[in-house]
Amino acid sequence: MPGITREEVAHLARLARLELKPEELDHFAGQLDDIIGAVARVSEVADQDVPPTSHPLPLTNVMRADEVRPSLTPEQALSGAPAQEQQRFKVPQILGEE
Amino acid sequence: MTTTTDLVPYEDALASYDPVMGLEVHVELGTKTKMFCGCSTALGAEPNTQTCPVCLGLPGALPVVNATGVESAVKIGLALNCEIAEWCRFARKNYFYPDMPKNFQTSQYDEPIAFNGYLDVQLEDGEVFRVEIERAHMEEDTGKSTHVGGATGRIHGASHSLLDYNRAGIPLIEIVTKPIVGAGERAPEVAKAYVRELREVIRALGVSEARMEMGQMRCDVNLSLMPKGSGTFGTRSETKNVNSLRSVERAVRYEIQRHAAVLDGGGTVVQETRHFHEDTGTTTSGRTKEEAEDYRYFPEPDLVPVAPSREWVEKLRAALPELPLVRRNRLREEWGISATDMQAILNAGALEPIVATIDAGADPAAARKWWMGELARHANESGKALDELAITPRQVARVTELVAAGDLNDKLARQVIEGVLAGEGDPDQVVEKRGLKVVSDEGALSAAVDEAIAGNPAVADKIRGGKVAAVGALVGAVMKATRGQADAARVKELILEKLGVGEG
Repeated sequence: MPGITREEVAHLARLARLELKPEELDHFAGQLDDIIGAVARVSEVADQDVPPTSHPLPLTNVMRADEVRPSLTPEQALSGAPAQEQQRFKVPQILGEE
Repeated sequence: MTTTTDLVPYEDALASYDPVMGLEVHVELGTKTKMFCGCSTALGAEPNTQTCPVCLGLPGALPVVNATGVESAVKIGLALNCEIAEWCRFARKNYFYPDMPKNFQTSQYDEPIAFNGYLDVQLEDGEVFRVEIERAHMEEDTGKSTHVGGATGRIHGASHSLLDYNRAGIPLIEIVTKPIVGAGERAPEVAKAYVRELREVIRALGVSEARMEMGQMRCDVNLSLMPKGSGTFGTRSETKNVNSLRSVERAVRYEIQRHAAVLDGGGTVVQETRHFHEDTGTTTSGRTKEEAEDYRYFPEPDLVPVAPSREWVEKLRAALPELPLVRRNRLREEWGISATDMQAILNAGALEPIVATIDAGADPAAARKWWMGELARHANESGKALDELAITPRQVARVTELVAAGDLNDKLARQVIEGVLAGEGDPDQVVEKRGLKVVSDEGALSAAVDEAIAGNPAVADKIRGGKVAAVGALVGAVMKATRGQADAARVKELILEKLGVGEG
């Protein structure tokens, strides 16, 4: 079994911007262990002849021509923004929040 | 918070250490649309007018890759002598920063489309240095932040920031070198020459204008030092967004001196991101570098794999244009000039204007002479690049034609160029308006010569007596009388003829 530590969960939580309580760290460490253990079983059956799959359909080279299509209007683009200014998305101070 | 950074003199640093460089160059492709959606990439649009659910990362939106973007990536890979992947995928690079509304950047991780290549670059003295290429992969650009509330528009001290996502999703190709070892004291020069050569390749391929001042090409400089004789790389710093050729050279040089000071003082170099400051030529510490695993890359499930067929790759390879270094060597031979002369032409940014002028009908030597002489002087005086001057290669070619035909001498040609630059029209119009034609009317010329001989009897006698060298004074008098509009060679002929002296 992999053995996910509390510290690893805390690190992941920080990367994912999740605020976890101390008891949650232990709780999720156990759960992540179970999940990773389950996924690890795939590598037991996946042999050299099984190509890595990241997509359910056996497709490659789905591309579009380099032709401009209509964009959203700025009003539409900004309609979901919590705050805006000068037709731009307004976000809180970037430095100092970490 | 600013502390003085210790530096070791450059020569001393190089006496003790060997620099190792890694250069990462981002090139914004010149496609009409973004990498994964059909939004326009046109510059100068009003903020947030070129966005859609895909590049804003709205739920349910599905990206589809731009065929021209993939083709450009393959072309770049081929031009850099890379292998092209038979099968590769995109990956999500996860991070939280408001410049990417999706909270991840679509990039490639362990399956780049091109890998294992090299680019030969020529240094100032003609020496060729081979830079090995690790990989070239496809990804997308980020949005543009404006920081508000700080005194200087910088992120420090800002109260909030404003985001324009027009640029988010524009195709980028990131080209990464293998560690560049063995450049020694020439490391800064090699770095600059590499970025310049890469820019020329990108332009020759026609996949981007690669204008560094417009952010279409940006360079990150990784640098570390190892003690002389050691084969173990030291800890590196990564200087971000170095945005001119001169800055690339300066950033490498500065980091060599800074690292040497840290190591000489018994310290350890911190692995970190640094920012280059154009005004002072120095770097300052940015954030501590994340580990790759902190980005939690995983294969992009919304995009299917890209599998360039061998037939297609070979078709693209066959259609590659002549590459810049090959072309420069060919032109150098055709023109019969030295490596140093060619380097001077490159440094002056005169190669394309000269080629265009020759294409427009000029003699190669004449085209070189005018661009590297008179026009370079004008460019210098006005602080412009040669291709920004208000004269076209076709107009320059016309001036050289007029000179070759004897309608203009060099002095008059300079006035014609001045007139064209001043917006007085095409060369023929300037000649017309300013009345600059060489006096080729033999009658008028003959009269002027007679006058000069009559006015300078002593000089005329000397010439009659065999002192042919004295003819210069009479030629000068005629040129003065015709306000420089006579063909000096013809004037000399006439004088000698009239004085009964044969030349030679």
